[in-house]
Amino acid sequence: MFDTGMIYEAKSVPEAVQMRLAHPDAVILAGGTDVLIQIRSGKLAGRELISIHGIDALRGVRQEEDGTIVIGSLTTFAHISSSPIIQEHLRVLGEAVSLVGGPQIRAAGTIGGNTCNGVTSADSASTLLAHDAVCELTGPQGARQVPIEQFYLGPGRTDVRPGEIQTAIRIPAASWKGCQGHYIKYGMRGAMEIATIGCSVNVKLTEDRMHLDGVRIAFGVAGPVPMRAHRTEEVMRGAALTAETVRRIGSGVLEEVHPRDSWRAPKDMRLHLCRQMAEDAFVEAVKRSGGEIRE
Amino acid sequence: MSKQYKLVTCTINGEEKTCMVDVRASLTDMLRGEYGLTSVKTGCEVGECGACAVIIDGECVNSCIYLAIWAEGKHITTIEGLNRPDGSLSDLQQAFVDETAIQCGFCTAGFLMEAECFLEKGKIYTDDELRRLLAGHLCRCTGYDNILRAVRKVMYQRNGLPQPEEAETLIAKHAPEWRK
Ligand SMILES: Cc1cc2nc3c(=O)[nH]c(=O)nc-3n(C[C@H](O)[C@H](O)[C@H](O)COP(=O)(O)OP(=O)(O)OC[C@H]3O[C@@H](n4cnc5c(N)ncnc54)[C@H](O)[C@@H]3O)c2cc1C
Ligand code: FES
Ligand code: FES
Repeated sequence: MFDTGMIYEAKSVPEAVQMRLAHPDAVILAGGTDVLIQIRSGKLAGRELISIHGIDALRGVRQEEDGTIVIGSLTTFAHISSSPIIQEHLRVLGEAVSLVGGPQIRAAGTIGGNTCNGVTSADSASTLLAHDAVCELTGPQGARQVPIEQFYLGPGRTDVRPGEIQTAIRIPAASWKGCQGHYIKYGMRGAMEIATIGCSVNVKLTEDRMHLDGVRIAFGVAGPVPMRAHRTEEVMRGAALTAETVRRIGSGVLEEVHPRDSWRAPKDMRLHLCRQMAEDAFVEAVKRSGGEIRE
Repeated sequence: MSKQYKLVTCTINGEEKTCMVDVRASLTDMLRGEYGLTSVKTGCEVGECGACAVIIDGECVNSCIYLAIWAEGKHITTIEGLNRPDGSLSDLQQAFVDETAIQCGFCTAGFLMEAECFLEKGKIYTDDELRRLLAGHLCRCTGYDNILRAVRKVMYQRNGLPQPEEAETLIAKHAPEWRK
């Protein structure tokens, strides 16, 4: 038995919005793989819950006419990885979420929960950030869209306002077309492990596949919330695909990340990981784009 | 808090059932308490060990972190549903016995549900893939190797393929003299 207060069950988005307004202190419950754990541990014990688990309209991946990939907030990790749309256009995201926990967690945990929890180690976050994903939030005034970078307000805090729930993650065509990416999760074990550092890099090459048209680099656990290495991205635009470029990406990100010491790993180790993983993920992304790194 | 109850109807091991549950109940609570399905174990209760795993609409899920009220309209399978009509063991259960993949048995039902779930897809997985597929389950007794062996054996059997040579036999065959 869970130690909770009343549990309100929403069957539709408008119903969820009404419940959010009527019970502002209630905790939103999606797949429950964070919330129900925190009820067991006592952190959220006794709280009222609004279960959105039954809003089937928020499950699934679809594509809009202009190419935008829309992932309903209740889509589980397992369903993201197995979605043909994701496999064809956004393989790196399918791969990233297949590294979450174990199979049972991936069958229950949702992408909405993984972003709304505001956790820096969330395995979907860096890849979403690296693709300029947009969060769709629906409230009493209708839907609004927030770029995911602005959606993170601080550790454990996201821009979900009173009366709102997150209804979708949107990835515009311009954010994935012609891009290939790679995500690396470093953990102490191969599964059932929270990332020590997560790094997602994607590149778009020039037509001759000799230069970088653009590169986007994002990290988890390199700061209080998932973050981008914007300055390095800016500097590297147009760079040739050389070993020197790889090294400059590694040293560039070191100027931007600010990981901390924790019982999982000391700061120095995390810094080392940021550099190495950015380089490795970049090299793999270039390879996936059909490019070649030369001396 | 005033008590809150709800009628939940779902299909459990092929039979439609209805009961009144406390909305705060986990699916583990409902399966064990209302239906006596005690193969569903109460281990960590925080999603780490897999002892409570059941199949819901074709997917293996930890029932300890799943609300009983979410089961409405769902198809749920527990180990009790794997037994053949005459009560004999399934091929997978028998393989666990034959390969000594069970010691205390606390983790066994969870492993069986997980393996049933992915073996159903009829694919052949490498050992590394099998390890990843079984990674959501803890076993404190067997050291996992026998579990892996049992699952692999049934995977080949069900796909009508001969068993691959075990690593040991390969080593015995090809190892240099001094290692034998
Ligand atoms: C054993 C175990 C292993 C795990 N391993 C990993 C891992 O490797 N990597 C990883 O990233 N995570 C991991 N997690 C954490 C968890 O599974 C993920 O964060 C998951 O994405 C949470 O999704 P959920 O649907 O279960 O969220 P819930 O627990 O239902 O909710 C999470 C938070 O988001 C809010 N929320 C959820 N949906 C919405 C919405 N639509 N709108 C507004 N707010 C919302 C909730 O109020 C809550 O604050 C693990 C958890 C467990 C138990
Ligand atoms: S008891 Fe459910 S995962 Fe451990
Ligand atoms: S047999 Fe004892 S925990 Fe696995």
